[in-house]
Amino acid sequence: MLRGGPSGARNPPSLEQINAEVFTLTYGSIVRQLIADFEDIEEVNKQLEQMGYNMGIRLVDEFLAKAKISRCSSFRDTADVVAKQALPMFLNVSANVTNWSPDQTECSLVLTDNPLADFVELPEEYRELKYCNVLAGVVRGALEMVNMDVECRWVSDMLRGDDCYELRIKLKEHRDEKFPYKDDD
Amino acid sequence: MFHEKQSGPAAAAALEAVGYRVGQQLAERYTRDKPRLGDALEIIKFVCKDFWQALFKKQVDNLKTNHRGVYVLQDNGFRWLQRLSAPPPGSDPAREEAARQLALSYLHLPAGIVRGALCHLGVSCTVEPDPKQLPSCTFTVRVM
Repeated sequence: MLRGGPSGARNPPSLEQINAEVFTLTYGSIVRQLIADFEDIEEVNKQLEQMGYNMGIRLVDEFLAKAKISRCSSFRDTADVVAKQALPMFLNVSANVTNWSPDQTECSLVLTDNPLADFVELPEEYRELKYCNVLAGVVRGALEMVNMDVECRWVSDMLRGDDCYELRIKLKEHRDEKFPYKDDD
Repeated sequence: MFHEKQSGPAAAAALEAVGYRVGQQLAERYTRDKPRLGDALEIIKFVCKDFWQALFKKQVDNLKTNHRGVYVLQDNGFRWLQRLSAPPPGSDPAREEAARQLALSYLHLPAGIVRGALCHLGVSCTVEPDPKQLPSCTFTVRVM
């Protein structure tokens, strides 16, 4: 998942980029392989999310090292950073943050363009497949590493005929920072 | 133990299959505006030059053949291995072998891609990757 954005002012040019077609086709091929191996769409969705989670917990390090940002003061800030900085850095697209719930713990990332799903058509029998579920996992994994437990799910998906990709993010718990060792360890 | 479970023959085969499909699709895209490629050598040359350039941002450094269906593609700085750390030269053989095995597990996917592209262009073959001295590696193509 290493695709640098255009080398603009915000994106450090040091990020190496991979051929977009290779990236997209490889992801598609992985999804097909999972479908062939598990033969159960629910299980495939779960596996994609898990793969994304494993990427997210590592990717957040890369992001914090390369993006020169300071601490986010609220979940609102965090969502903006994900949408406007992290997504451009790794996927070369940015998202809009909308549909905030009144208590500011739930929002939607809306993408109109998604490089993961280029060239993709979802056949009728795979309607339940959440093709981009890896992204939901990445966001969950990355935010977990910065002490936020979130729940991510796709509410609309252009592959299923909606007019945008909408990832719903719900903040479940904002954990306090804890030093992992006790004094006497 | 964990590593063995994760990267046993099944995982290697799955990665190879993933690569194979990607190779097929890419070969189709990159040859769309090209005149028909002739014999096996021409196809292999296409893979070494244009295809490699698109995938790994460089060309194959060396191509050898015995003119009887075996081609050895050597890349002296394979991009997808560039971030692996090599054991210092002269370290004990066990460590070198461990590094080799680790690198090998990263090569199932590209080997699959190369095989997919070649097969799709009409050269049925097997592709065997071999990381000799990181980050260089060779792909041995045996035409069937």
